[in-house]
Amino acid sequence: MRTVLLLLTAVVLASLPLFAGTFYINLASQILIAAIFALSLNLLVGYAGLTSLGHASFLGFAAYASAWASTNLGLGFAPAALLSITTTTLMAACFGLIALRATGLGFLMITLALSQVLWGLAYRWASLTNGDNGLTLAGRPAPFGIALDGAGAYYWFTLAVFAAAFTLMAVFVSSAFGSALKGTRDQPRRMAALGYNVWLIRWITFVYAGFWGGVAGLLYVYYHRYIHPTSLSITTSAEGLLGVIAGGSGTLGGPVIGAGLLVLLKNYASAYIERWNMLLGFVFLFIVLVIPEGIVPGVRRLLSRKGSGKP
Amino acid sequence: MQFWIIQTLNSLAFGGLLFLLASGFSLIFGLMRLANLAHGAFFMLGAYLGAAAIRSIPGLDLWSAALLAGFSVAAAGGLLERLVLRRLGSNPLGQVLVTLGISFIIADACLMLWGGDPIPMPAPDYLRRPILFAGIAFPAYRFAVVACAIVAALGLYLLLERTRIGAMIRAGVDDMDMARAIGIPVSKLFTAVFCLGAGIAGAGGVLGGPILSAYPGLDADMLPLALIVVILGGVGSLLGAFVGSFIIGFIYTFGTALLPDLAYVILFLPMIVVIAFRPQGLFGRLRA
Repeated sequence: MRTVLLLLTAVVLASLPLFAGTFYINLASQILIAAIFALSLNLLVGYAGLTSLGHASFLGFAAYASAWASTNLGLGFAPAALLSITTTTLMAACFGLIALRATGLGFLMITLALSQVLWGLAYRWASLTNGDNGLTLAGRPAPFGIALDGAGAYYWFTLAVFAAAFTLMAVFVSSAFGSALKGTRDQPRRMAALGYNVWLIRWITFVYAGFWGGVAGLLYVYYHRYIHPTSLSITTSAEGLLGVIAGGSGTLGGPVIGAGLLVLLKNYASAYIERWNMLLGFVFLFIVLVIPEGIVPGVRRLLSRKGSGKP
Repeated sequence: MQFWIIQTLNSLAFGGLLFLLASGFSLIFGLMRLANLAHGAFFMLGAYLGAAAIRSIPGLDLWSAALLAGFSVAAAGGLLERLVLRRLGSNPLGQVLVTLGISFIIADACLMLWGGDPIPMPAPDYLRRPILFAGIAFPAYRFAVVACAIVAALGLYLLLERTRIGAMIRAGVDDMDMARAIGIPVSKLFTAVFCLGAGIAGAGGVLGGPILSAYPGLDADMLPLALIVVILGGVGSLLGAFVGSFIIGFIYTFGTALLPDLAYVILFLPMIVVIAFRPQGLFGRLRA
């Protein structure tokens, strides 16, 4: 049943550009990028029990780094991407060293402060980041000579990266390491007593999450061909976190669904009202007060209740 | 020479404003274990309310406007605490997310009501003339802000250390369950402290008006500074908030003047040093 459902989803996703219009293909690309971002944040929020409000750092930094390397160093897309992902991962390693001195609300405040510092830097250090004007990317990459300028081609590219990201993150959390990670979330002291290095497990997860956040940033900047300091702002971090929590943290499907719904809401709501930030605020209140567990666990609970009710 | 003296005064004034913001944040965090991410928005809401009050009520001076805005923001904070945060008592993550949502709503409401242009606020006439001393012109209003911050710090100190309510708040910060067990009305204290913190932030927004003015994004500019102050000084510590505010005030002001591109990176350094060597902050106590 599960495999059939997965296969069906895969077929629908892969064949989407064959029947959908450009608007919907682009929307689907945006959803996939937001989903990778939310999945990477979910490694921290859902599996490590560390709520970060600074995950936009990795998305924004990777996007800036690759745009800057292509325009200022004249690098091709592949070396620029490599440079950007390497530096983003290194930055995640440093941020992890700082932020993991604390857990809980302290961790949240430090990640928020770190990402706000980057945001301020993107605005003020205009000679490097072009300030409020942002950086523009000349075009999209063409891996193996396949141009990605069309909506469909870019969608397939994003889908391939998404499939890889989803699989690798699923393997990560279902491995022995993932079980240890969940252990450090639920019972850090017992795990330490059992001889696990709790700090190291958290740090590796932080760096891994930063890496995938950077991948989402690369896809983001290729999609928009543009990067602005708002991508580093607390709103971006908060949207990611809301996607994770709305969908259900600590599940693999939840963040994908949560991020997807958020992108849809943003696109459709902005056609009617200008006040996206206010709407986002109210969605936050609604989710926390009404479905704090998230959509996927909520639906699963309803389904299992129905299933067990049958004779 | 003049540059250094004037920048020192600016640093002190900015540090004073930061203290008005961070002291409330730190108190709320210390007592309620609640990271109130709407605190920057309270500051901005106060600034806008003060500016609107000065505009629409003729003859209202800055000090009355600050009081008015302080009480209004305190009332709004009290409602938020009673009606929303109270329902999420045992869910710290939920509380943080709710305050984040509230901050988005406040920020967008301010943008909707007062538009995107900064609203300047004039200092009172008698403080607008610079004070001439030893051939250097000092902006008088900066002195007034420093004085206000010191008065607020003294007031908070006396409230916390010399009154019965202060003793109850300190008991709640140290061991909430025990405080509750010996009959301290922790629930009422929560609301009172939340109102107090919000009110000081709101009044601080008005007092900062002549220096910073009221503009969209003021909340996002101020909140991280308050967070860094609290990380630096230690949560729940008034002295920590005081010392941390002035340290950050100096670093930020001199950083902006000397290395405008890198002012934000320089803020990193004290934070990293403190987190590395004293994760509980300069004046914070370790908590089990």
